[in-house]
Amino acid sequence: MARVTFTQNIQRYVSCPPVDAEGATVREVLEGVFAANPPAREYVLDDQGAVRRHMVVFVNGRQIRDRAGLSDSVPADGEVCVMQALSGG
Amino acid sequence: MSDRLFVATRKGVFTVARRKGRARPRWAVARTHFLGDNASMVLPDRRDGSVYVALGHGHFGVKLHRSRDGGKTWEPCATPAYPPKPDGLDEREPNSGRPIPWNTELVWALEPGHASEPGVLWCGTIPGGLFRSRDRGGSWQLVESLWRHPKRPGWFGGGAELPGVHSVCVDPRDARHVTVGVSCGGVWVTRDAGANWRCQADGMRAAYMPPERQGDPDVQDPHHLVQCGANPDVLWVQHHNGVFRSTDGAASWHEIETVKPSAFGFAVAVHPDDPDTAWFVPGVSDEHRIPVKGRVVVARTRNGGKSFQVLTQGLPQAHAYDLTYRHGLDIDEMGDRLAFGTTTGSLWISENQGDSWETVAEHLPPVYSVRFA
Repeated sequence: MARVTFTQNIQRYVSCPPVDAEGATVREVLEGVFAANPPAREYVLDDQGAVRRHMVVFVNGRQIRDRAGLSDSVPADGEVCVMQALSGG
Repeated sequence: MSDRLFVATRKGVFTVARRKGRARPRWAVARTHFLGDNASMVLPDRRDGSVYVALGHGHFGVKLHRSRDGGKTWEPCATPAYPPKPDGLDEREPNSGRPIPWNTELVWALEPGHASEPGVLWCGTIPGGLFRSRDRGGSWQLVESLWRHPKRPGWFGGGAELPGVHSVCVDPRDARHVTVGVSCGGVWVTRDAGANWRCQADGMRAAYMPPERQGDPDVQDPHHLVQCGANPDVLWVQHHNGVFRSTDGAASWHEIETVKPSAFGFAVAVHPDDPDTAWFVPGVSDEHRIPVKGRVVVARTRNGGKSFQVLTQGLPQAHAYDLTYRHGLDIDEMGDRLAFGTTTGSLWISENQGDSWETVAEHLPPVYSVRFA
């Protein structure tokens, strides 16, 4: 199970508590989170399912590379952090 | 006569209400909503009293909210979303070469549908998609016929960098007849509820194009398009380089060259009952987006554009650099009250068709949209 945490700033709009989720890729992990919390999806992903332009996702402290496909792998006990970028404020 | 105005700004939405008795100023901010959030558009729907707000969060994207109690409480509703972009499709904004995102970047127009269709809403967006809701914003459908029109990929951005739909006019005589304004892509008309669309900007002139293309309908930049409720064949456009008017339902347009002190601007309002009466808030030019000589004025015609009066009473006439965006001017449904808000946070209201103005606020965030309830 990966541990998924969200930026504090998103909580103002939609509740996103830390959650454990299954999945081998960022896509699988996040879709698992959003299946249980549908309103959060469109705050993080755009109409095409890519990470929003001014959002960033880290896996074990490393920023993911595939922002459109979310194919970056997630270790079984990985830490996935969904943050807002410094841009876009 | 409306006693309530909604104001969408860069940092929240404000309800402005007319105060009872002899209180001065007569109008004042009565309530704030979404304070701190970027609100691109507000729509008080006069058909059922609902209010809709479009927020554009820098990080979290565009979101729509709805109130059924005049703004006391809000609930999220659906946001227009684009369908999956086909694999391999390479669409680019013609001037910058920037890929066209199939993503709602901005809600740039929000209008009620026809009176006979109480749940219908229309939403214009950047990068150019027009959406329709049939359930008060519970869900949205992209108007595919316009989005997939072979001319749509030729639309280009103006100040907004990407193209967008900013004006939607539903013919009060016919719910199937809808006219939309596109920057930059001309004026588009459907007469069959969106099954087919035609660009109808003949007579407009695009000074920013080479001479042989200045008359092309689909390169025109109508900054804002409005339709007279009592005579829907009459439409007014504040265009990038002038003012244009149609008296035949957008079949043809003619340029109005008498606007004082300038024909440049973004906003236009037409009297709901008198197609010959219209208002504009001019700036110097596209390269100088400030009032002429630092004086905030409203230009009004009462004769279809043959002549204009420059209205100044109650407006600052020295070192005022307010710019009024395209949705920053509104008229109430009776046609006596007007309001306009500006990029520097000023808000003025007139109760006598612009003859005189009352200052309501001078320090609001930049104003994007004002709408009488």
